[in-house]
Amino acid sequence: MKSSLIDYTLHLADSNLILAQRNAEWCGHGPVLEQDIAITNISLDLLGQSRNFYQYAATLIGHEATEDSLAYLRTEREFKNCLLAEQPNGDWAQTVLRQFFFSAYQSLLYEKLQTGNDEQIAAIAAKALKEVAYHQRWSSEWVIRLGDGTEESHDRMLKAMDELWRYTGELFIAADFELQAGFDVALLKEGWMKKVTSVFEEATLPIPPLGGGGAVFMQTGGKTGVHTEHLGYILTELQYLQRAYPNAQW
Amino acid sequence: MSIQDLEKIFQEKIDNEIKIEPKDWMPEAYRKTNIRQISQHAHSEVVGMLPEGNWISRAPSLKRKAILIAKVQDEGGHGLYLYSAAETLGSSRDEMIADLHSGKAKYSSIFNYPSLTWADMGAIGWLVDGAAILNQVMLCRTSYGPYARAMVRICKEESFHQRQGFEALLVLSKGTDAQKAMCQDAINRWWWPSLMMFGPKDSESTNSDQSMKWKIKRKTNDELRQQFVDMIAEQIKVLGMKLPDDKLQWNEERKHYDFGEINWDEFWNVVKGNGPCNKQRLAARNKAHDEGAWVREAAIAYAEKSKHKKQAAA
Repeated sequence: MKSSLIDYTLHLADSNLILAQRNAEWCGHGPVLEQDIAITNISLDLLGQSRNFYQYAATLIGHEATEDSLAYLRTEREFKNCLLAEQPNGDWAQTVLRQFFFSAYQSLLYEKLQTGNDEQIAAIAAKALKEVAYHQRWSSEWVIRLGDGTEESHDRMLKAMDELWRYTGELFIAADFELQAGFDVALLKEGWMKKVTSVFEEATLPIPPLGGGGAVFMQTGGKTGVHTEHLGYILTELQYLQRAYPNAQW
Repeated sequence: MSIQDLEKIFQEKIDNEIKIEPKDWMPEAYRKTNIRQISQHAHSEVVGMLPEGNWISRAPSLKRKAILIAKVQDEGGHGLYLYSAAETLGSSRDEMIADLHSGKAKYSSIFNYPSLTWADMGAIGWLVDGAAILNQVMLCRTSYGPYARAMVRICKEESFHQRQGFEALLVLSKGTDAQKAMCQDAINRWWWPSLMMFGPKDSESTNSDQSMKWKIKRKTNDELRQQFVDMIAEQIKVLGMKLPDDKLQWNEERKHYDFGEINWDEFWNVVKGNGPCNKQRLAARNKAHDEGAWVREAAIAYAEKSKHKKQAAA
């Protein structure tokens, strides 16, 4: 039970950290200053959430585990983030769509977690919900704006869909640690589809089927440490100083 | 009223410490100087995001990463206030940004130096923000109201950044030999460029006299530079590091530190565009702007559509 809870907490932490790392790549390079600040702010929120989860995981693990040993000294195969989080930023369309898929999922997840059995996780989720609500609002507004903006922005949203849709299925397939320490995330799928459908309709974007005939094949593996090739590079940068100067304090 | 009378009233306000506000009459040169200075300041904040943004992905702990992201984000926010302050003088943000991107407008040369190691994040916070603050504290009392008010907000955040930078170096200074060496190396590289931030010597400065009379500036370049040297020469003792200047010495008679000669050839070269990163910094800003064009167009198109829909519904 305890090892499932540790894995579960790390999974929650990793998804937040990796998406924070991705979003922060925009810092200083956004399409307009206000949005540069907005995406950086989201990155900072996600980083804060990841730290809460890592700190909790560190207390569960004990010994000398810290938030930094967990973020900086685990390998590609030990990271349990969802594949969606590690996908490249691509253009602004891909970034806002990734955020929308993730935030729509995360808000449903946290709503459920805040009433869950584990007090710490419930408290972290409850505290983060306000931030996540903002991320969801911000990203859905951008999906709508780009979907129903110009021909070019609409086309770019379609391309972003093509890149990212295949990584959304994994969110609703529970890993063993989720079933043991959390709950069955398959229960969130319907609510998530509802949100996606309503935003996509307003954005004049086609709604792909999430299952059944004509559905896109869904990639999985992130939760059990089998990632896309992107994660290795993310960790190489993220962990560089801790790896180059072992045991140093920063 | 004649121009002479208007100028007299204007100068009286300044002499009596009354702020000049956007709708007040002001000499064209005062307007232009303020637009140039405020927009240059805004550009510096935005370009300044690049050398520090360079280390966000590699920050050595989650806490340092959070501090760094928040700091760079603050700088973006400062850019926004400053562009707004400059807009009150009748120059649009688009025009100002176009001038930055074409190379016509300047920004602080300090950001044309590369951030090579993690210790640079500390050195930039401590030295670069430290130098900027001295200038900005003075600008909190500048004669143009919107600029002075923007500065009050900015100063609060900047002094926080400087403390964070110093604290990051303090940790390195107490760390392993490699960390100490990294700390000293960063100080060596950033010290002289930080001194250059105060601009040319008073005897060479073209804009100074009029700016002092109009109270856009209240201290000269050399006065501010001396104040900075005096402050840092004391603070570095706490770090147990050295400033890379053999001539640095307390002068009991002047009650100030004496210091060595700045390499003015290097200063002018960086101003002219030949610094180590001038080309990359401008290229990065241009790329972000160009690649964001379709996003801004889509946002405008969507806003137009929404307006029409609302009108049709009404």
